[in-house]
Amino acid sequence: MDALMNFGQGLFGVAWPAVWTLLKIVAIVAPLMLGLAYLTYFERKVIGYMHVRIGPNRVGPWGLLQPIADGLKLLLKEVVVPTNASKKVFIIAPMLAIAPALAAWAVIPFTDTLVLADIDASLLYILAMTSIGVYGIILSGWASNSKYAFLGAMRSAAQMISYEIAMGFALITVLMIAGSLNFIDIVNGQAEGRFADMGLGFLSWNWLPLLPMFLVYLISGTAELNRAPFDLAEGESEIVGFHVEYSGMAFALFFLAEYANMILVAALTSLLFLGGWLSPVGFLPDGILWMFAKMSFVLFLFLWFRATFPRYRYDLLMRLGWKVFLPLCFFWVIIVGAWMISPLTIWN
Amino acid sequence: MEFQTAVFLFLAAILIYAALRVITARNPVTAVLHLMLAFFTTGGIWLMMQAEFLGIALIVVYVGAVMVLFLFVVMMLDPNFDQLRQGFWRYLPLGAMLGLVMVLEMGLVLGSKYFQVPLSEAVVEPGISNTRELGALLVTDYVFPFELAAVILLVGMVAAVVLTFRGGPKRSRVPNPSTQLYVKAKDRVRVLQMPVEKD
Repeated sequence: MDALMNFGQGLFGVAWPAVWTLLKIVAIVAPLMLGLAYLTYFERKVIGYMHVRIGPNRVGPWGLLQPIADGLKLLLKEVVVPTNASKKVFIIAPMLAIAPALAAWAVIPFTDTLVLADIDASLLYILAMTSIGVYGIILSGWASNSKYAFLGAMRSAAQMISYEIAMGFALITVLMIAGSLNFIDIVNGQAEGRFADMGLGFLSWNWLPLLPMFLVYLISGTAELNRAPFDLAEGESEIVGFHVEYSGMAFALFFLAEYANMILVAALTSLLFLGGWLSPVGFLPDGILWMFAKMSFVLFLFLWFRATFPRYRYDLLMRLGWKVFLPLCFFWVIIVGAWMISPLTIWN
Repeated sequence: MEFQTAVFLFLAAILIYAALRVITARNPVTAVLHLMLAFFTTGGIWLMMQAEFLGIALIVVYVGAVMVLFLFVVMMLDPNFDQLRQGFWRYLPLGAMLGLVMVLEMGLVLGSKYFQVPLSEAVVEPGISNTRELGALLVTDYVFPFELAAVILLVGMVAAVVLTFRGGPKRSRVPNPSTQLYVKAKDRVRVLQMPVEKD
């Protein structure tokens, strides 16, 4: 490692720290891009098997090259800009959707040492980045110069803003018991406890003491991602979404953003509630593989939801967010606070 | 040139450009977008001053929440640009005077002794989390202003509810899902027994 650093220092001189950071960013984003391409394949296969179908199996062995073919197809299509559309905003909107989804990865730790930027307020940074994602949706709907796209954008934006609040509250309980906004501290906090001492680490993770908040987070996460059963943004068979006017790669960017956000929420769920890179049992070592296994599990849950549940009605979606989750979260924050200062506390 | 200075100049240039566009853009949506950019860049500059909590909170609160609502409102508007431009020269002296007063006030505040901390003292030692320090200050020394701000927000929330209140669940036309769920087929559908008609 030192040899590499010295070599880089010699080659780039003063610019080396910037180049080194760029290399690290590529090392995160490139596997992420590959991962989200194969997440679409995984999704189609899983839902296929759940529907007693085979799923994609024509391109390459077992259909493994399908995502590559899809990507190439979308790259070659023309991006049509509607008449009288606000052209600049129309082009910027998909970028605004995907950029925060990628930027958020800067603070996600994969193990206790493997992280691009170990900043003090990493959870807050994630909140900031994910809250910007909604602009891609609003602006795409507005810039399209189409009433349908605009109405779809309003609908999706309202949905995302509503569920962001419930998600934020679920995060507040986590950071209350962790006493830190740093992911590494949050995960390390989950490594301690009575069950962890007994070698049953998975019972010490946050999902068990914060079970209601874990469920709220998972469901709000699904809604925030505009995933089924909350996929009112693009309910193809019923309503028109914010991206009707988009085609080709501009359209694909919205989907890349959606899948990047899916992986992000899976990573956040793993870190905050499922113990990140910690091993579930005492006799196995901790490691990055556990992190990936937990992320895959959460991703599988998202796909499972999609294959299982029928789509929600929009008024019920709003009711669930504002009238069920929000009071529940308020209540649970107080409960956790009282629990923490009571003698029964399990967090010291 | 130091790296930090270069980053500051870069961000400051974007900030000034965005702020200028906010007041010169013809289209209000463009103006709001540039305001968003201005907030975002300000967040970046605050981060450079090691105020990471404030910097990120600025982005969460203003870019993530307030500006979204602003954008909603502005997109719904149908402004008449000619009308907006009327009376520009009439209001210019008053506006310029207000602007001057604001600049003076800012100068006084920034020139006060609270802002004259030497750079060597302003640097935060590593290991001190300014989120934690800020939180501790908010619930100890500044607990009354903090609670007061919370009460003011509550008043705003109650006012918004009162403005849109339609007078209780009976007059509300919002469907109630639990009554919808408890509907049985026999409440809605009547199955009739009829003798077969023969010709």
